[in-house]
Amino acid sequence: MSVPVVNYLVLSAVLFAVGTLGVLSRRNALILFMSIELMLNAVNLAFIAFARQWGDMAGQVIVFFVLVVAAAEVVVGLAIIINIFRTRETVDVDDVDRLRG
Amino acid sequence: MIGTLTALIFLPALGALAIALLRGDRDRADAQARRVALTFSFLTLLLGLWLLGRFELGEPGMQLLERASWIPALNVQYLVGVDGISLFLVLLTVVLVPLLLLVPWEPVRENYRLYAAMVLLLETGLLGVFLALDLVLFYVFWEAMLIPMYFLIGVWGGERRGYAAMKFFLYTMATSVLMLVAIIVLYVQFGTFDLLALQGTAMAPARELWLFLAFAAAFAVKTPLWPFHSWLPDAYREAPVVGTVLMAALMSKAGLYGFLRFGPTLFPNAFGEMIPYLLALALVGVLYGALVAVVQGDLKRMVAYSSLSHVGLVAMGVFAMSALSLAGAVLQMISHGLVIAGVFLLLALLAERFGGLRPMDAYGGLMHFMPRLGALALIFVFANVALPGTSNFVGEFLILVGTFVAEYRVYAILGAFVAVLSAIYMLWMTQRVFHNPPREELRDRARDLTAKEVALLAPLVLLVFWIGIYPKPLLQRIEPSTEMLLLNAQARVEQTLGIADPAPDLEDTLTQAQKEEGR
Amino acid sequence: MEFVWVVLILPLVGALINGLLGRRMSKRAVSGVACGSVGVAFLFAVNALLGLLRLPPEERVFTQTLFDWIVAGGLSAKFSLLLDPLSAVMLLVVTGVGFLIHLYSVGYMGEDRDYSRYFSWLNLFTFSMLLLVLADNFLLLFVGWELVGLCSYLLIGFWFTKPSAASAAKKAFVVTRVGDFGFMIGLFLIFATFGTFDYFRVFEEAPQVLAYGGALATGITLLLFAGAVGKSAQIPLYVWLPDAMEGPTPVSALIHAATMVTAGVYLIARAYVLYELAPVSMAVVAAIGVATAFFAATMALVTHDIKRMLAYSTISQLGYMFLATGVGAYAAGMFHLVSHAFMKALLFLSAGSVMHALGGEETDMRRMGGLRTKLPYTSTVFLLGSLGLSGIPPLVGFFSKDLILEETFLSGNTTLWLVGLAAAVLTAFYMLRGHFLTFYGKPRYDETKVHPHESPPVMLWPLFALAALTVFGGILWISFLNFAPFEKFLEPVFEGARLVGEEEHPAALSTGMLVLLSVLAAGVGIGIAWLVYLRGVTVGEGLRRAFRPLYTLLYNRYYVDELYTALFVVPGRRLSEFLAGSFDQGLLNGIVNGVGRLVDALGGALRRVESGYIRAYAAWMLVGALAILIYLYLR
Repeated sequence: MSVPVVNYLVLSAVLFAVGTLGVLSRRNALILFMSIELMLNAVNLAFIAFARQWGDMAGQVIVFFVLVVAAAEVVVGLAIIINIFRTRETVDVDDVDRLRG
Repeated sequence: MIGTLTALIFLPALGALAIALLRGDRDRADAQARRVALTFSFLTLLLGLWLLGRFELGEPGMQLLERASWIPALNVQYLVGVDGISLFLVLLTVVLVPLLLLVPWEPVRENYRLYAAMVLLLETGLLGVFLALDLVLFYVFWEAMLIPMYFLIGVWGGERRGYAAMKFFLYTMATSVLMLVAIIVLYVQFGTFDLLALQGTAMAPARELWLFLAFAAAFAVKTPLWPFHSWLPDAYREAPVVGTVLMAALMSKAGLYGFLRFGPTLFPNAFGEMIPYLLALALVGVLYGALVAVVQGDLKRMVAYSSLSHVGLVAMGVFAMSALSLAGAVLQMISHGLVIAGVFLLLALLAERFGGLRPMDAYGGLMHFMPRLGALALIFVFANVALPGTSNFVGEFLILVGTFVAEYRVYAILGAFVAVLSAIYMLWMTQRVFHNPPREELRDRARDLTAKEVALLAPLVLLVFWIGIYPKPLLQRIEPSTEMLLLNAQARVEQTLGIADPAPDLEDTLTQAQKEEGR
Repeated sequence: MEFVWVVLILPLVGALINGLLGRRMSKRAVSGVACGSVGVAFLFAVNALLGLLRLPPEERVFTQTLFDWIVAGGLSAKFSLLLDPLSAVMLLVVTGVGFLIHLYSVGYMGEDRDYSRYFSWLNLFTFSMLLLVLADNFLLLFVGWELVGLCSYLLIGFWFTKPSAASAAKKAFVVTRVGDFGFMIGLFLIFATFGTFDYFRVFEEAPQVLAYGGALATGITLLLFAGAVGKSAQIPLYVWLPDAMEGPTPVSALIHAATMVTAGVYLIARAYVLYELAPVSMAVVAAIGVATAFFAATMALVTHDIKRMLAYSTISQLGYMFLATGVGAYAAGMFHLVSHAFMKALLFLSAGSVMHALGGEETDMRRMGGLRTKLPYTSTVFLLGSLGLSGIPPLVGFFSKDLILEETFLSGNTTLWLVGLAAAVLTAFYMLRGHFLTFYGKPRYDETKVHPHESPPVMLWPLFALAALTVFGGILWISFLNFAPFEKFLEPVFEGARLVGEEEHPAALSTGMLVLLSVLAAGVGIGIAWLVYLRGVTVGEGLRRAFRPLYTLLYNRYYVDELYTALFVVPGRRLSEFLAGSFDQGLLNGIVNGVGRLVDALGGALRRVESGYIRAYAAWMLVGALAILIYLYLR
């Protein structure tokens, strides 16, 4: 007996919403990062659920891509955060507004 | 194998490259840059004269064509050629640039290398515009003129150079983009950018009109045609004198040349349809420029508006589309280039002596202190009022007579009134600056011209008189080409009329069209 | 005759030598080049005349093409010269009188610091004037026409450091350009009608192409006349000539009396074929001519400036010439042109001699007087000139002026004749008034400072030569036993003209009566002048007061200059200022800068969206994603 696919999708949606709320409400760059990871993994979960339902490997392949890209992104992103911390001594994203028009 | 025209176009750019490669301490590099620039511009001049020698008399079509594939995927070609219309514009360019580089009084203290390179690049752009026969190639050169000019104004200009350079750049850029769009539309319809191939094509009247207007916008701003001139007084005033000469003598001709080269060939019907409006704009420019010039207190601004007036007259000749007016217009482009160059160089000499130009009323009696400068100034003043014996008379008279016999009589009559207006503003300026009681406080700085400076202006004076007294060598070469342009355009208009109105008797339609043309 | 081009070229060569090298040459060399070139040109002109005379009358036309000038699109204007009796007459006047005035200038301008510049320009003028009269097409004539205008400008403004001279030069050029504007349009019309500028082709085709009295013929002739009005200082464009007296006096004599200002008369005589086809234009020419003759004479009555008096007199006499051409008496008009050239050059040069004697540029007759004993020669020749201009026999002016009045009368227009006769009375009065004021009475100059002396021989000899021409010039017109050299010489040129007098106007007065009347008119004028200025007869107080407003009006030259200023100069300036200010800088520039500002404002509004907060960007992305989702869902 298998768990119906809609359960996975609900879980995925909940995780995504939590991640989104995290990105929007927190100001600490590290927490932001973790929220983004949460969103990514929510999408991964949806991919795998669909892949299993349709018996199509493409969804699983994409998940690997996402994982790799996310890993690369974390590397770059953390490096940026460290650099920001070094120059501005804060990881609060609202203090970093040099791009304001 | 590199052809004459290609060599001519890219020799100055090569010079600019050579200058860019110069190393070493600044003063020495600057001195070297000057020598390199002079060498390359003189070589270009020699090449230009060789071109004149190779130019075949009595051959109306394109000569010395060079064709090569450039971007095969888009059917873009490298296609250049010369005919009687472009020949003398090319010669004017190659004659003026070495003279301008010889100008010793130019207050270019910083970064002479960049300056010389910019002048040479501009020369390449101008020559390319006059010689290119592929629309993309033309557009590339057209925009390539803009960049060096932007720097010439922006780096070595006067107090408000930033404002003037930006205004000039944005104004011309905005309208040339319209031309680019039109070029792309042409390509989408006909699959080629080749001007010679596009010459015989027909398109829907509404589309032809819009495409022509897009081209016309670019040319009208560059010329400039009234009322698209508001960049002109600022740019002329703020640019360094060499930049002003390049703009007034050569770049404005690129606009007029564009009208002449593309209007009747690509869009004969639309061009014909717009003639009354274009003529009206030109005429307003003629009178307006002259009237506004009357009350200018600043020498450069006065000359700028007078230039607007003269260029308007040339435009009138182009738009009137009669054999006489076209020949006159091409001749007058050359003549105006020579005269305006002379005028601005004299202003530069004046500025050099007085530490910048002063308002007209601050001068007085300069003829008394500087008889040689005064005499040269008088020559250019009277060339400007189109006195017979100077080149302007030949050009302007042909334009006006041509406009008159093309049955645009009212335009010709009103245009002729500029003879009175130009006398008013030029002579009033002469009185205030050169006549009247000499001011003692000017005495110390009013050194007369040196022999070297006279020698620099002498070629311009001689050319002005030569064209005024014996214009035959020019007219002989100009006329076959303008004549052919005219006949082709007329034939195309007749053809379209035949198609648009499928009368049972084609003969009938043709004669009617001819009659309409004749009237 | 083949050497007619030499006549043209010599003064140009002289001008170039003096203009380019003159400052490094001695005064003697400069005057040698200048006078020599014109003198030799005169000899060549005489040679050309003799050449013409050797031919039978009907073959006296010689053309010479030097080179193609403008050849384009069906327009072919050659640089070619035409020698026929008409141009030969002008040729002789220009080089002959011109030579005498060059000679005179050697003395008059001897002290000037710009000696070479003066002679260079004077030579350039001679060249231009010769080009004008020798041209064989309208376009080349126009070239000469404009070039004499240039030289006039340069020479009026010779002393350019004087603002009045600089202004007068500018005024002269601009006002004549107004006439030239008409001339140019006339040229356009000629070309549009005939397809050529050549005299002979135009004149040959004119009777076929132009309808007699038609609009086209009238238009062309009136437009050409507009040019003539400007150049020859007729109503309404005469205002520049009195001011032109700011130039050196020999210049006034040569350009503004003897030669350039007569170019308009020459133009009409040259184009008489066209005028014959346009009776309306003829009437206009005659009317403007006689009106100017009278009008200018009234202004000459009251001026105190000896040169301005002569200038008004010139305008008036030019009016007579136009009157003659207007009634079809071309030969008479040309004869008056020649005789006026002699007399007016003489008068101007003697006036110059007086000014010279008074130590420079004194022109106010109120500060002259009693110079008869000090300047016996000058006084005598001035008197000869005055009497000649008044029309006293047997001086040349009697023949020419009397002839014009006679022909006018015979043409049947009595009004024109009466006005002309009245102007003759005025002429005699103002000329003798000038003579008496200058040379008679008590000295009114400062005798302690100024010691008048007779001019040097180099100035006197030209005066004597001109005086001789004034006295004996009448021989040219005497028709006695089939001897009428001037008229016969010009006859082939004007052969197509309808002959005045042969028309069917029954002569109410015999020729003898007419002659008597015009001499009487001169006598009346002279008599009044004599009574008022020599005998000191004063008119009653009442009469004087009655004439006071008229005098003020005349003295202020009818306020015409003021009127033109108010009508044209001030509104023109206002228009220019409006266009340059509120329109160009305000409106046009405002629109362009406004577009720039609009883009700027738009960007300013949009930049607020870019807050720089990462979370705000994220929120916007969310909103965008939701919007797309909603869109997809609703679709």
